[in-house]
Amino acid sequence: MAEHKVCEDLVKERKQCTFDVQELINLIDGGAQATQERKDVENMVLSTPGLSSKNDVPEEYLSHKERYENAIRKACILSECVKQYAERHNTMDAFRPTNKYRVMLGVVKDVSPFMLHMGMFVPTILSQSDPDQLAEWLPKAMSMQILGTYAQTELGHGTFLRGLETTATYDPSTEEFIIHSPSLTSYKWWPGGLAHTANHCIVVAQLYTKGQCYGVHPFFVQIRDTETHMPLPGIKVGEIGPKMGFQTANNGFLGFDHFRIPRRSMLMKNAQVLKDGTYVKAKNEKATYGTMVFVRVLILTDVSYELSRAATIAVRYSAVRHQSQPKPGEPEPQILDYVTQQHKLFIGVATSHIFRVTGHWLWDAYSQTLKDVGKGNMDQLPELHALACCLKAVCSRDATARIEEFRLSCGGHGYMASSNLPIINGIVSATITYEGEYTVLMLQTARFLVKAWKQATQGNTMTPTVSYLVQFFNNDRVLWENTPSGIISGFKAIAAGKTKAAYDSLHNYEKTGLDYEDAWNSASVQLVNASEAHCRAILCEVSWKEMVRYATNASPNLGKVLLQLAELYLVYWALEKRGDLLMYSTITRDDIARLQARYEELLALIRPNAVGIVDAFDVRDEILNSTLGAYDGRVYERLMEEALKSPLNAEPVNQSFHKYLKPMMMKAKL
Amino acid sequence: MGKVNEDLVKERAKCTFNVEELTYFLDGGKDKTLERKERERVILTKREELFGGVPDEYLSHKEKYENSMRKAVTLFGLLRKHQQDNNTDLTNYRNLLSGVLGASISQDGSPFGLHYIMFMPVFMSQADEKQQEKWLHRALNCSIIGSYAQTELGHGTFIRGLETTATYDPSTQEFVLHSPTLTSYKWWPGGLGNTANYCIVIAQLYSKGECHGIHSFIVQVRDEDTHMPLPGIKVGEIGVKMGLNSVNNGFLGFENVRIPRTNMLMKHAKVLEDGTYVKSKNNKLIYGAMVFVRVVIVFDSVNYLAKAITVGARYSAVRRQSQLKEGEPERQILDYVTQQDKILSAIAACYAMKMNARRLWDTFNIINDQLHQGNMERLGELHALACCLKAISTTDSSMFTTLCRLACGGHGYMTSSNLPPTYALTTASCTYEGDNTVLLLQTARFLLKTWRQIDSVPLTPTVAYLKTVSAPGHSDKWESSVEGIIRGFQIVSMRKISSCLDSMTNKVMSGMSQEDAWNTTSIQLVSAAESHSRMIVISTFYEDMSKAMKTMSAPLAAVMNQLIELYAVYWTLERLGDLLQYTSISNADVIHLRSWYEELLRKIRPNTIGLVDAFDIIDELLQSTLGASDGRVYERLMEEALKSPLNAEPVNQSFHKYLKPFMQGKL
Repeated sequence: MAEHKVCEDLVKERKQCTFDVQELINLIDGGAQATQERKDVENMVLSTPGLSSKNDVPEEYLSHKERYENAIRKACILSECVKQYAERHNTMDAFRPTNKYRVMLGVVKDVSPFMLHMGMFVPTILSQSDPDQLAEWLPKAMSMQILGTYAQTELGHGTFLRGLETTATYDPSTEEFIIHSPSLTSYKWWPGGLAHTANHCIVVAQLYTKGQCYGVHPFFVQIRDTETHMPLPGIKVGEIGPKMGFQTANNGFLGFDHFRIPRRSMLMKNAQVLKDGTYVKAKNEKATYGTMVFVRVLILTDVSYELSRAATIAVRYSAVRHQSQPKPGEPEPQILDYVTQQHKLFIGVATSHIFRVTGHWLWDAYSQTLKDVGKGNMDQLPELHALACCLKAVCSRDATARIEEFRLSCGGHGYMASSNLPIINGIVSATITYEGEYTVLMLQTARFLVKAWKQATQGNTMTPTVSYLVQFFNNDRVLWENTPSGIISGFKAIAAGKTKAAYDSLHNYEKTGLDYEDAWNSASVQLVNASEAHCRAILCEVSWKEMVRYATNASPNLGKVLLQLAELYLVYWALEKRGDLLMYSTITRDDIARLQARYEELLALIRPNAVGIVDAFDVRDEILNSTLGAYDGRVYERLMEEALKSPLNAEPVNQSFHKYLKPMMMKAKL
Repeated sequence: MGKVNEDLVKERAKCTFNVEELTYFLDGGKDKTLERKERERVILTKREELFGGVPDEYLSHKEKYENSMRKAVTLFGLLRKHQQDNNTDLTNYRNLLSGVLGASISQDGSPFGLHYIMFMPVFMSQADEKQQEKWLHRALNCSIIGSYAQTELGHGTFIRGLETTATYDPSTQEFVLHSPTLTSYKWWPGGLGNTANYCIVIAQLYSKGECHGIHSFIVQVRDEDTHMPLPGIKVGEIGVKMGLNSVNNGFLGFENVRIPRTNMLMKHAKVLEDGTYVKSKNNKLIYGAMVFVRVVIVFDSVNYLAKAITVGARYSAVRRQSQLKEGEPERQILDYVTQQDKILSAIAACYAMKMNARRLWDTFNIINDQLHQGNMERLGELHALACCLKAISTTDSSMFTTLCRLACGGHGYMTSSNLPPTYALTTASCTYEGDNTVLLLQTARFLLKTWRQIDSVPLTPTVAYLKTVSAPGHSDKWESSVEGIIRGFQIVSMRKISSCLDSMTNKVMSGMSQEDAWNTTSIQLVSAAESHSRMIVISTFYEDMSKAMKTMSAPLAAVMNQLIELYAVYWTLERLGDLLQYTSISNADVIHLRSWYEELLRKIRPNTIGLVDAFDIIDELLQSTLGASDGRVYERLMEEALKSPLNAEPVNQSFHKYLKPFMQGKL
């Protein structure tokens, strides 16, 4: 790493760190062994020929097409490498929240065209095929002899699944389904890797048999010839064009012209169509929730990881960058010393930890629920669903906001692609709308809350995550206490208060003569607010409990830091939501002033450890991909080195001078 | 061209006001609208050259630059001809090359932008008569292309920290320009990379062994004939950015480059032949150009947001999603109240900022005139006002543009929606020309100073309220009306300023230095400046729009009034924490405000499309698949996708090279 000297400011920062960075690294990875395994994967991947991009022209200078071709090259080498590792270690880690394979991000830089293969194609096969289908498809998919993706969303239809237009009509005479796209708006649109990469695809379509529609079902469809890669007859496939991010994800469109597939291409673990066309219903429709919840759970830990990358960049840059002279005659201070800068940075650093521990907690809840479902117990599913909805929505939006704050905190240089902050922003902000749009998900949780509130008013027992509503049912304003547990109570009071307000407003609209759906729509802004408050209460309570647990098991110095971060998160949000607290608790102006003072105190406490804390995210330079955030802090040297890689800088005069500029300037002289 | 989407036809039919009337108002009069349309007509004569071909986003960085040069030169040719035909003046160029038009021809900025926005204005305000005679007509004709180089790799906000030196050598009567370190390289100037052959350079002036601080110099950086960088000049481009990728931002380093003494811009300060430094009589005049740029940025913010709301609103009328009730057709998403919340609050913000930009422009002109007559009284106020309005307008524009993008779901993430590029342009202005946090702290400094002297010095108009609401006996009873809301924000702002001062005083009394007290209070200082600016924006919107409404037709005036109310109530609900903390607003008031807000959404809903149509942004400049005036959203999305070079062949070469060997296990 140390071909060059490390920037002196960073050396000093690292010296003043009060805790053992390695201990925190291990804690984040989930133990020393996990850290070692991650490092093994990183070493293996980064030493693979063809994956280092150090001296290449950076991706972002290439044309859209060249970028895709480059991404395919890397994704192939990378997958081969990881495949071999996985075979040696017989691991299914890719499906668990882990940092082990994050190195892929560094290698592909943007999003891999293979992302949906492991992200959606394989999990859907796993969860929805019957045993025979599993035996046929899974080995090929796992070894990547076939490459797949998952096509659900259509050009004109996203959230409202029932509105999908693609049809799969059963023809008993040939025992085939006919897949068809009846309109432009029915074209599949968005699936990653679909455009020019995948040769197979799970297609979600309206199932028709014996003249009746049975709603949407998944089908396993081959779309390209495995030898020539040509689209099969009746298939129209291509890419959808450049986006804000995900440039190398190769998102595609797909249309069918009466395309025939065998009956057994329908995924039949749940519902089935028999040879004669008889439709057999799924025994349990809720069982299909699984994959959807799974993806949302993973989004939490994904955005937490991206936050840690952005935090590393912004905090290190803030330690290296000097600016202004508040005191005449003194040298310019590091911008990390400005309290407004700490205000932008530290909440983002804390949030990465909060989302990670909450994500792991949610994963455990998910695994437990799956086990119960396996035993035939579906009771926890609606609650898990409601929880995953609001957590996915709030965490994706918060993470995006924090990452933008990190980018802005780096001033103009954060706008450079070579800082990598714009690319991270592109990747993360997509999570707000995919896999369930923010507002739609919030309203799903709200539906659950309204139901729970109704039960609370009727004195019924509540499921664990909403049982607190009862406590506040008759309580107009909760007694304020300036402690972490007091803040958590405050947030519960807000959630209960807002749920009540939304509930009342809903019923007031009904009283004016609106039917329930219109009343629901009219009250929906408040319903979203209630959902957000509920989610914030969960985030605060769960993360505090988890962080306290980690802190108790850590050495005292690290424990202190963990508690500071957890408390910062609580106090930050208490101040952000002080209006709500003023409405739903007995908090006073003096309490708020004390909270503000405590907040500023926490910033000062965290300041000396700031660089140590982001060092503990342990993101290697090759994965960070940032001129501003590299471990050695050679910010300006790297900015210049990267700039010099621009093809425009390879020649002193660009051809456009002779073609356009000179003739124009000459004409002016005449 | 296809038929207009039926939902849009219906929306337009139910609009309650005359859209053209509103267009005239937004342009500043019917004549201005006609002028704009004439400019657009001229540009569309070269439709294919300027808007055709493979979209920029598919090109490599280098191709993108070459394409933007071609377009910029084509555009300039049109303008030059237009100018000769009509004998119009400079403002016409500026209109064309900045603002909606210029930014749209190339979605990602223009390499000539800085020539007009910085090089020429700075030159005109700082060059003496002789210098103007020598250079100005050449700059006007574009026989030279200039840029403006101030920011360095290691130095931005803190101008005194710039490292580039200009040392006078009386023996040859030259300045020696030098970049002593890597961090002293100029970094960021638009057009500097490969385009400009001249540049105004800001450097520390040394003469007779003494440093006289930063001054401006006009420097030739490339040969006029060969375009080769001149000896001693290291120049190149800084690389790919989040946006503005056609701007050709560059770096510039000097190795003892000599320029004649007369290349220092000498309208104000001077260096005589013998090296004697003559101070400027009025060094505050330089503020003028800086404030001017910030005023332009406020206008730009409005223009970017106008695009975003046009796209967001039209798409929301065309897109249908979910059945609210079983058996009904899927609803236009604009019918969902959560969607109205996003789109209508953004529309109100755009109108509010438009009125504020106009007021700021008028204020700037009044005070700038006073300035040139030697009256400095209101300079501090103008500076504080421009600082906070630049900060708040760029922040709001970025935020609401994002809101509109998210309101378009996944499709808003497509480059072809033009929302991501528009966001990239508007968010850039949050950090350039003064980082927003730094600017808000400057406004806070002015507010604190005003508060300290409140009883001893007469207050300038934008801060007069501080005295009114802090006067003994002033009633702080909450009132749920626009005026009541404005008063509420005034109280909040005043209380925050007062509490910042108390907090700083306590810290200083307990032994902290003034500077550390400032730093440790700075989060609250920023917050005070924000409250002050929000109050300004709401009250200016209210005052100026109310005035304008008097000459509007009744149906239009009614809608404008709804927008004022929506804007005021929206920000009240956003800032409840402040209001509950510092005013007598009650929980019952809050409940009332929420239903008022929901009622306003309902009232404005039918006019949504009319309100964005009135901005009259033609499709060629909107450049959005989702926002075009005919609403052919899905057709356009597909048409744009089919322009992708990747779609030109069914199988990409990478299949044979990598994918196939990989899948067959032969890689």
